[in-house]
Amino acid sequence: MDLLGNLVLGFGVALSLQNLLYCFIGVLVGTLIGVLPGIGPLATIAMLLPITFSVPPVAALIMLAGIYYGAQYGGSTTAILVNLPGETSSVVTCIDGYQMARQGRAGPALAVAALGSFFAGTVGTLLIALAGPPLAEFALSFAAPEYFSLMLMGLVAAAVLAQGDMAKSLAMVVLGLLLGIVGTDVNSGIARFSFGVTELTDGIGFVVVAVGVFAIGEIISNLGDATRRTVETAKVTHLFPTREDIRRSIGPVLRGTSLGAFFGVLPGTGPAIASFSSYMLEKKLAADPDRFGRGAIEGVAGPESANNADAQCKFIPMLTLGLPASGVMALMLGALTIQGIQPGPQVMTQRPELFWGLIASMWIGNLMLVILNLPLIGLWVRLLSMPYRLLYPAIMAFSAIGVFSVNNSPLEIYLAALFGVLGLVWMRLGFPLAPLLLGFVLGPMLEENLRRALLQAAGNPMVFVTRPISLVFILATLAILVVMAFPAIRRRQRDIAD
Amino acid sequence: MIAVLRNNRDLWAGVMLVGIGAGAVLMARDYPFGTTLRMGAGYFPSVLGWILIAFGCWIGVSGLRHRAVIEGGWSPRALLVLPLSLVLFGVFIDRAGFVPALAVLIFGAAAAGRDFRLVEVLALTAFLTALCVLIFVVGLGLPYPLVFGF
Repeated sequence: MDLLGNLVLGFGVALSLQNLLYCFIGVLVGTLIGVLPGIGPLATIAMLLPITFSVPPVAALIMLAGIYYGAQYGGSTTAILVNLPGETSSVVTCIDGYQMARQGRAGPALAVAALGSFFAGTVGTLLIALAGPPLAEFALSFAAPEYFSLMLMGLVAAAVLAQGDMAKSLAMVVLGLLLGIVGTDVNSGIARFSFGVTELTDGIGFVVVAVGVFAIGEIISNLGDATRRTVETAKVTHLFPTREDIRRSIGPVLRGTSLGAFFGVLPGTGPAIASFSSYMLEKKLAADPDRFGRGAIEGVAGPESANNADAQCKFIPMLTLGLPASGVMALMLGALTIQGIQPGPQVMTQRPELFWGLIASMWIGNLMLVILNLPLIGLWVRLLSMPYRLLYPAIMAFSAIGVFSVNNSPLEIYLAALFGVLGLVWMRLGFPLAPLLLGFVLGPMLEENLRRALLQAAGNPMVFVTRPISLVFILATLAILVVMAFPAIRRRQRDIAD
Repeated sequence: MIAVLRNNRDLWAGVMLVGIGAGAVLMARDYPFGTTLRMGAGYFPSVLGWILIAFGCWIGVSGLRHRAVIEGGWSPRALLVLPLSLVLFGVFIDRAGFVPALAVLIFGAAAAGRDFRLVEVLALTAFLTALCVLIFVVGLGLPYPLVFGF
């Protein structure tokens, strides 16, 4: 089937009434949590994962994806209006977006952010549709050694390129791998690290770890921080950007989209890196860089396009290779597995309606966001004034029900509480948490492929470097490690992060 | 000197990693190690455990040089009450039903925060419990008895 036929199939799936509804719920919830600081897409998707069990896989993925990119939109709204980044990806939007709002130009800033994001989302969707099939086809020729090397590369890259301490990120991946192998060993039937608890022989639930660390740990952490936020909202008077605004925005949107797409495919680089790079680039290219920081529309258009393109392109490795490039994608992969779908390149050929339906729904969802968000801005802003003390008990309730509904097991609730405490400890000791989830998801697959590869190669570890594709992945892994170990690059990355 | 060490973030991070790694290696000794050709159940976890120990030593030692301190607040109240309310939810849901378990959880969660206003918390508990019953039991049809004995 050609691209056009596939897209027609996809839109046929995505435009069904049920899927449209789930898409709508997804982007609505996404915008909501994007607006609210203190709860991000990771925690929300983890919390809502169990509820999607009863839904068909396509609808479940459409909704979860909607939450993810919807959060990006919501985050930029609060960044512009109240100088409060709802998500890390919109930190940079605060700089010029809020200045524009203070000059009474909140409307144009919001409109340009929404339109730029929509454009980036469209390009991202097209890119997945174009790059997906050839990549998946290529990956179908992979055997165990290639998969092992690919996962190794993905894990190392994700840990090393993420902000923060490189050693700690890698240690978190290893810890995740270790947690992932709790349970019965498929080869020997031996229960590993089960501490004699029968329920643990099935392994630790994916939802338990994700909810525990990202939802509950985050709440304990927030309650410990005494900072109170006061919200001062800028007024939105008129929405439409002037012709001058649009002229200034076209270049940044195009460049931001390209940057975002590039960083999107790389594992580990969150949308924050894409949007920061875009901001830096626009500032460098500008004829009068002094305007930046004083309400330059380019500083909103570029980064906002970049973070949305990044969010969309993160789906490419997840859908085609079964390789999660970020924490949220690890959750998506978990959602697939829970639905009984083995992630990997065969998804596209065996379940074309899933792949193309999801892609088409992303475009529709982006359109919904543009139409939805502009009129609803007033409502979102009012939500911001809701105090956290009313919000987090609701998150706790949803989390508990979510975890319990997976296996109806009280033990999993206790484990989630334990992971909440551990999550806080890890956060305070300066460990990043997303690498843990990546390791946890990939752990069993990594071990399985390692064992199989070595068994087939009669125990010769050279198999990973004698097969050309595997060798490329191994060399790339080493290159990433060597390059990132240079202090100059680390320092630069830290500067961007600050 | 002791006070400096007690707040040393990376030293503690290293200690934790070494502890977990050593635990994994020790426990994995009970599982057959196998050979590189035919890996036993203990092979992969042992290797991971040793890697964790190595990372732990590296991070711990670098902590002695950099002396970064632990930042961010700890609220002992949140740290105790929040997990406890979850545990109570787990205990109650099988014995008392969905509504009491949720009520305990929400009330407990609210009590973990700093400014606790009784009337507001009671109203919030009632509202959220009703909302969850509507969404999960009525809407999504989760098969949990609302209250036992009825």
